[in-house]
Amino acid sequence: MTFLHASEMRGGYGSGADILHGCTLTVQKGEIAVIVGPNGAGKSTAMKAVFGMLNLREGHVHLGGEDITQLSPQERVYKGMGFVPQTHNIFPTMTVRENLEMGAFIRNDDIEETIEQVYELFPAVKDKRNQNAGELSGGQRQQVAVGRALMTQPKLLMLDEPTAGVSPIVMDELFDRIIEVARTGISILMVEQNARQALEIADKGYVLVQGANAYTDTGAALLANPEVRRTFLGG
Amino acid sequence: MDILNALVAFANFVLIPATAYGAQLALGALGVTLIYGVLRFSNFAHGETMSFGAMVVVLVTALFQSWGISLGPLPTALLALPFGIAVTALLLLTTDRVVYKFYRKVKAAPVMLVIVSTGVMFVMNGVVRMVVGTEDRRFADGARFLVNARDFKAWSGLDEGLAIKTTQVITVVVALITVAALFWFLNKTRTGKSMRAFSDNEDLALLSGINPERVVTITWLLVAALATIAGALYGLDKSFKPFIYQQLLLPVFAAAIVGGIGNPLGAIAGGFVIAFSEVTLTYAFKKVITYLSPDSWSPDGLVQLLSTDYKFAVSFAILIIVLLFKPTGLFKGQSI
Repeated sequence: MTFLHASEMRGGYGSGADILHGCTLTVQKGEIAVIVGPNGAGKSTAMKAVFGMLNLREGHVHLGGEDITQLSPQERVYKGMGFVPQTHNIFPTMTVRENLEMGAFIRNDDIEETIEQVYELFPAVKDKRNQNAGELSGGQRQQVAVGRALMTQPKLLMLDEPTAGVSPIVMDELFDRIIEVARTGISILMVEQNARQALEIADKGYVLVQGANAYTDTGAALLANPEVRRTFLGG
Repeated sequence: MDILNALVAFANFVLIPATAYGAQLALGALGVTLIYGVLRFSNFAHGETMSFGAMVVVLVTALFQSWGISLGPLPTALLALPFGIAVTALLLLTTDRVVYKFYRKVKAAPVMLVIVSTGVMFVMNGVVRMVVGTEDRRFADGARFLVNARDFKAWSGLDEGLAIKTTQVITVVVALITVAALFWFLNKTRTGKSMRAFSDNEDLALLSGINPERVVTITWLLVAALATIAGALYGLDKSFKPFIYQQLLLPVFAAAIVGGIGNPLGAIAGGFVIAFSEVTLTYAFKKVITYLSPDSWSPDGLVQLLSTDYKFAVSFAILIIVLLFKPTGLFKGQSI
């Protein structure tokens, strides 16, 4: 059964023009789904639509079989969605540990175990736990941002270009960590600029063009598809 | 050459008054900086909020005195403080619901809120004048001096007397307790951390499930406490004169901005920087220099760099210098 099913989404920001023209995204449990495509294709917009950050004029979003189309982003967090924005995704003047605590703000139970899990997943986060998050390097910040989103124990983790502006080595490491997160049964929906590397770790890839699905296949199949390679992956 | 007498004179006329004044400014600036950090506007009504809080303290103190309640050597006003805070909190929360909430809902630009707060300032100013009038009131009771100039002279055998007013000591002690409690709240409690998170990154705070209206309410409560304490301490130390607080708005804002607006540590540092510059530049150093130099070198003039009438100019000069060279303030605050 499909865990996230966002079907035929149509909409844009505010009362502006439509950016999405019938975009469909599905993610299975524990699966990594990657959205790639040219600049301005509506990749981030599609993810924000799934998270409820723009009004859909058509289409539905189902999470775990429940229709959540009408819910606000905050309400979707309670339903099990975690979102890591592309920028401004940490609390810069708070310590790394406080960032994690704030991530778990909606929980009333003991969060120590989850904090330990995040520390285990990202040893760098543990090392810097008493440092202000704003003082960390780009890659470490992203780890804190992902860790913060994991604190609500989400069932679906959404990442908006998690590797933007980090070095290739850091990117590989971040992708390894994301695979580890997926192995724990968390579904991952990710928008990526580094299409080739992202598709390599993807169970499912979506190529968006002008707000609509152009190609949908497994990551490996998309990488092998000559048409996709020629148009989007630079040969 | 008489270094000891010079030191005592310096402490008596610069060090001690400036420390007390600095603590009062720091508490005022903390309120300004909290509002700026959480509600994201410069609250021009803060001086009047201090005035209102001090007024309630004055009235409750008078009531207690008429009932014969006192704290012995300490001023009765300390007992009245909690009541002043409670009434001021009520005023601020009402103002928020009636005025500011609307502008938050329509996402008004910060500059608009500044103008709105100026309107609130005039209303509060009118309320205070209607309730207690404009005249000067002294409401400090209890022991006037902790260290008396005559006793100090007799004890030390120096020519120069040292006087420490009870209100100066109380100002510093109460300010220390208030600041310690505020920092404990902001850094150790879940609610305090959620306030900092909201100030740091509003969107991410919302995503994390932090309720913005609750953060706003708690901020006003803290501001009510800080403003009332700052206003009452200033009134105790000098006297309660409603229009003085409108003038106090200038050094308070200068302190917040110099320290780095939005940064509580900066507000405290800024308060002392402004207070010490103001007092040092307007103090006549003739006496201190006379003690330090050989007899014949005694200066003819007062060696006062600026007349006390110009003390507000000092805040502005420092403000401009700091903003020119370090736009985010001495400590890293938000740029404005």
